[in-house]
Amino acid sequence: MKRIYVRPQTLRPVPMHYCPGCGHSIIHRLIAEVLDEMKLREKAICVPPAGCAVLAYNYLDIDMVEAPHGRATAVATGIKRVRPANLVFSYQGDGDLAAIGTAEALHAANRGEQITVIFVNNAVYGMTGGQMAPTTLLGQKTTTSPFGRNVKTEGPPIKVCELLAGLGSSAYLERVAVNSPANVKKAKSAIAKAFTYQLRKAGFTLVEILSPCPTNWKMDPVAACRWIDEEMMTVFPLGVIKDLPC
Amino acid sequence: MNKQLMYGTHALAEAAIQAGCTCYFGYPITPQNELPEYMAQRLTEIPGGVFIQAESELAAINMVLGASAAGARALTSSSSPGISLKQEGISFMAGMELPAVIANIMRGGPGLGNIAPSQADYFQATRGGGHGDYRIIVLAPGSVQEIADLTFRAFDLADTYRIPVMILGDGMLGQLMEPVIIPKPRQEPLPEKDYIVSGAQGRQPRVIKSLILDTREMEEHNWKLFRKYQLIQQRETRWESYLTDDAELIVIAYGTAARIAKGAIKRLRKDDPNMKIGLLRPITLWPFPTKAIKESLSTASDYFVFEMSAGQMVDDVLLSLEGKGRVHFYGRPGGIVPTPAELARSIARRYYQMKRTRKR
Repeated sequence: MKRIYVRPQTLRPVPMHYCPGCGHSIIHRLIAEVLDEMKLREKAICVPPAGCAVLAYNYLDIDMVEAPHGRATAVATGIKRVRPANLVFSYQGDGDLAAIGTAEALHAANRGEQITVIFVNNAVYGMTGGQMAPTTLLGQKTTTSPFGRNVKTEGPPIKVCELLAGLGSSAYLERVAVNSPANVKKAKSAIAKAFTYQLRKAGFTLVEILSPCPTNWKMDPVAACRWIDEEMMTVFPLGVIKDLPC
Repeated sequence: MNKQLMYGTHALAEAAIQAGCTCYFGYPITPQNELPEYMAQRLTEIPGGVFIQAESELAAINMVLGASAAGARALTSSSSPGISLKQEGISFMAGMELPAVIANIMRGGPGLGNIAPSQADYFQATRGGGHGDYRIIVLAPGSVQEIADLTFRAFDLADTYRIPVMILGDGMLGQLMEPVIIPKPRQEPLPEKDYIVSGAQGRQPRVIKSLILDTREMEEHNWKLFRKYQLIQQRETRWESYLTDDAELIVIAYGTAARIAKGAIKRLRKDDPNMKIGLLRPITLWPFPTKAIKESLSTASDYFVFEMSAGQMVDDVLLSLEGKGRVHFYGRPGGIVPTPAELARSIARRYYQMKRTRKR
């Protein structure tokens, strides 16, 4: 008999704390699969964020260094410059990367740091209870935008990939989603491509992943996946935003 | 190495290199810009040398955090407003027990203040500075030679105790040129670190973190840190005593203020050889030389605390004396550096006042 589905070696056999229907568990698994397949588990160093995924070190069986909120790309920079032979990636949410850590992300990209950012965009602050994020959609209700995000007072959602694409030393930026089997497969390919680019020293790489947060969106998981298709993707279209050949 | 004429900032940078520092991350701010400028050049000559002019002090300290977690000896430097921004990273490194060396070349404050020499950041440096229950080692050099010696030592202290160490200088010390002998590079290899990240090859993965959600575990971590701090207090407290054996009045000052005080005391003793005054100069501000100050009560009744601030270290002197002795304070905040003559007049006034009170 041929085994076609096994738990990746890099994913610890423990139950996850994530809510039902949350995208983090899928993304963790994709990272674990890619690290296994590329034989990078013993080379990888991850910088988890402040937020729901801070406990990533309970699930991914690799070296980890926690970062203060928003500083993951700065911490990753320090690690990678000392250990250029390692695979260094940060795992960050939308608040972490696009609000409190914008300066760090933008400058790491501009310096062309040889790191990868796994950017999980779920349009809200998850851990703190569903406040408005820099990527919250216009009209989207959150606990701190109770009447819906207003373009006049809160501005439009920030498109991170498009923002970073203009910087000279960003090498590969792609937006994917984990709301359907087909999209999950594409997300995995994007992660693998980003890691490959990093090992080839192509420059800064980032994979933005549209990810459901049913709890804070106050939806059931199926509706949350549909909302990504129908609402999020109209603002955050999927696809390769930048790909410098390397 | 031979004796050479160097700026305080350059001596700090070169001593760091000789101590095995391979990484510098910083952001420009006066009066310490000569330090990153020196490093930008010098680190290109060091194998594995890393220099980054960061986008902010926040980024710089977090790059230090990453480099330290990866096993390198890392340095950052700034001046007062920039050090406020670094407090986030310092607190995290204290919690994660990561070594680092941070130089604060203090200037006048609060706020943007000015760029003149000051000692206004004593509280911030010695009370941790960031959030949470922690301490860092604070070294206060008083000359360019001592900047070099203490910086060299700071890296060993940081590694020994896995703790951030701050060199607390001021604009005067940073800009001063003095003859200095830079410590010789260490011959023996740096101590092995069993906690750093390097990829989990042939070993269990390592996690460097400060998040401890379980309250009992967090309490135990706090007590573990506390025991470490106690050990540092016992082993690493340093101070200099100058003419204190017979002193009835002891001047307590650190850094630039202590240099001025020494000059004033020399002058006063020369003018009046019967004048029984001395200087106690804390070299470690944390741990503070509490015991030495208390023991000086065997000869002294009066203490003259001089700081280039409105009065911060004076609190530690009062705590050390536990209500005994009389404590006088002379402070010059805002970037003013008094001359030894000015200070001498003020010390003499207190001294003769003390003598008159004693006679009565």
